[in-house]
Amino acid sequence: MTGLLELLGLGASAELLSLSGWGGNLLRGLANSLQIAFGAFGLGLVIGLFGAYGKLYGGKVTRDLLAIYTTVIRAVPELVLILILYYVGSDIINKISAAMGGGRVEINGVAAGIWVLGVVQGAYATEVLRGAIKAVPTGQIEAAKSYGMPAFMIMRRVTIPAMMSFAVPGLANLWLIATKDTALLAVVGFNELTLETRQAASSTRAYFTFFLAAGFLYLMVTLCSGAVFARVEKWARRGQPSLKGGAR
Amino acid sequence: MISLKDLMQPHRVVMMLVFAGIVIWCAIALRWDWIPKYAPLALEGLWATVWILAVSTFLGFLLAVPLGLAQAVGPWYLSIPARTFCTIIRGTPLLLQIWLLYYGLGSLFPQFPWIRSSELWPYLRQAWPYAVLALTLSYAGYEGEVMRGAFSGVAKGQLEAAKSFGMPRFTMFRRIWLPQAVRNVLPTLGGETILQLKATPLVATITVMEIYAVSSRVRADTFIVYEPLLLLALVYMGIAGVISLAFRRLEKG
Amino acid sequence: MKLKALLAAATAAAALSAGAAAAEQVKIGIAAEPYPPFASLDNSGNWVGWEVEVIGAVCAAAELDCVITPVAWDGIIPSLTGQQIDAIMASMSITEERMKTIDFSDPYYNTPAVIVADKSMDIAPTPESLAGKIVGIQASTIHQAYAQEYFKDAELKVYQTQDEANQDLFAGRIDATQADSIAMADFVNSGNGGCCEIKGAVADDPAILGRGVGAGVRKGDDALREALNKGIAAILADGTHEKITAKYFTTSIY
Repeated sequence: MTGLLELLGLGASAELLSLSGWGGNLLRGLANSLQIAFGAFGLGLVIGLFGAYGKLYGGKVTRDLLAIYTTVIRAVPELVLILILYYVGSDIINKISAAMGGGRVEINGVAAGIWVLGVVQGAYATEVLRGAIKAVPTGQIEAAKSYGMPAFMIMRRVTIPAMMSFAVPGLANLWLIATKDTALLAVVGFNELTLETRQAASSTRAYFTFFLAAGFLYLMVTLCSGAVFARVEKWARRGQPSLKGGAR
Repeated sequence: MISLKDLMQPHRVVMMLVFAGIVIWCAIALRWDWIPKYAPLALEGLWATVWILAVSTFLGFLLAVPLGLAQAVGPWYLSIPARTFCTIIRGTPLLLQIWLLYYGLGSLFPQFPWIRSSELWPYLRQAWPYAVLALTLSYAGYEGEVMRGAFSGVAKGQLEAAKSFGMPRFTMFRRIWLPQAVRNVLPTLGGETILQLKATPLVATITVMEIYAVSSRVRADTFIVYEPLLLLALVYMGIAGVISLAFRRLEKG
Repeated sequence: MKLKALLAAATAAAALSAGAAAAEQVKIGIAAEPYPPFASLDNSGNWVGWEVEVIGAVCAAAELDCVITPVAWDGIIPSLTGQQIDAIMASMSITEERMKTIDFSDPYYNTPAVIVADKSMDIAPTPESLAGKIVGIQASTIHQAYAQEYFKDAELKVYQTQDEANQDLFAGRIDATQADSIAMADFVNSGNGGCCEIKGAVADDPAILGRGVGAGVRKGDDALREALNKGIAAILADGTHEKITAKYFTTSIY
């Protein structure tokens, strides 16, 4: 193995990337990135679910406020939103805490990253889930209502399972955006994969080695998630006629 | 478009009043005295943003057509590289791609001293060519995937009809296939262009002086944090609004 | 997976509300970028360097429970005023302009500003010599303020980190860079810095270049400022400052 790498002139790169070299830093960065991506995606789903319900069944004011939220978030660059939410977020939380007589609140980098990206994800998730809920045949929900099911149970037992197959492709896309958007946190100095890569590259001057290695890691995340989501989609579509093949 | 009657619903009037109140509060309570000093720089930055956006979108679209075509109908030795390209661009963060192009390539220059005396050196020294290249490749990667679907979506019957008329292949492509594929993607093109707009501030990290970089400069010089960022967000919303209006026009016309 | 994410979000929210009760830790902000020999990340993920050791010594002397928190340099003052960090110890010079926004402790080291350029280039640290040249500077530094004031005929390129400017100097994209002499001495002696040399210090302007490097604290946070002053005075008096300096430099930098 080592001989082969030496033969290809990659011996130096392999040593830099080994776990005792800078490879460990890259993996730590990847773990941070994934942690934030999971958290932001989850928070985005929660916001998105409430947002979608609000847009579909909420009052006039709720609907208008949600429209402003999704429009603004989707028109302003993530980088700008991250800076605004990052600086404003902890400021506001601390002021609220002080107003309520509490002490200073500790906000670690991961929580801040999740909050910032989660708010951004929420806007996109709102649209994806709204479209998916609308695609559920109204008859199913009406039938559930006529059986006297409570609203929350309808949501849990009928709407969400039925909309899953429509929502999965959009959500898969959102998850990929979440993993890639974590890179933007490098700009506020959060040690995720891109910043770790950057620091390793400038400490060792091996720019190409590290950037390509990081690119490979991101690509692996994308490809693996693609495979997982394909599975999930198949599962969500179980019992439904295939859309691709047309009539069966 | 929203009609005046829609806007005049009671709850909307209240919301608009609240919003106006917030705007007035912002105008009075926040600091805006830096605007006159930085206005010329901001205009230059705005121009740089629009220019980079326009050029990279245009070139990216030109590149996306062959990428989509190769994936839709190309032989394997064209379709596999095209698909690989799209997967890599779409699978890695743009920030990483920009840094790889700018700092990665830059780190190789000293190994080739002749580069500094070449005719390309004045361009290689500057940051904007890397910014345009990175954004073009990114747009091509995302749009190439869309174009693949668009080319596959053109009804086969029309192509067969053209063939039976004895139309040469290139004319067929130019007159029938491409226009219909473009019409297929037009509704998504506006959204893709807004996504591209939202990617432009990333080039500020390689020293391109566009509008985002100007706001950072204001923050650095004056230590005013929120005001430049709020104004910046408004500027981007304005540009995004113009883009979506323009594409809506284009779609109708 | 979804559940896990939800849990993570929920615990994050809980941590936000519960954190206030925890013991007061002092978050010392440093720039999240390699800035040898003052602060850089090693390959096991730890921050090392002169300034990192000084932070440890000052905090120990002042009996503060400090944690090092890396943040982006160009957002380090907003991070301080926005309460993400409690103090800045990131080679930040004490200047009038910054004093309008934050307070500073007493200085703990001093470094003149120099111009660095390619060995083959005939460049002097004067506005005339730099006219028409491309000069790289780091955003939000005294050097940016200085270059904008004095090098009006030069083309200025603004970088997020000094390391990027050094990288572009090495690549030949900029003709010169202005930065702190000590960090630059380290750069020109490093593998890539061999291309370049220090061309000399720029003419002093205390109003812009400030008077030494101090720890930045929020305005009105006098308790922390006093504590840091006490710590700095203590390590200067008992020789700890000198001992740490000797590990990295041959001459005193106070």
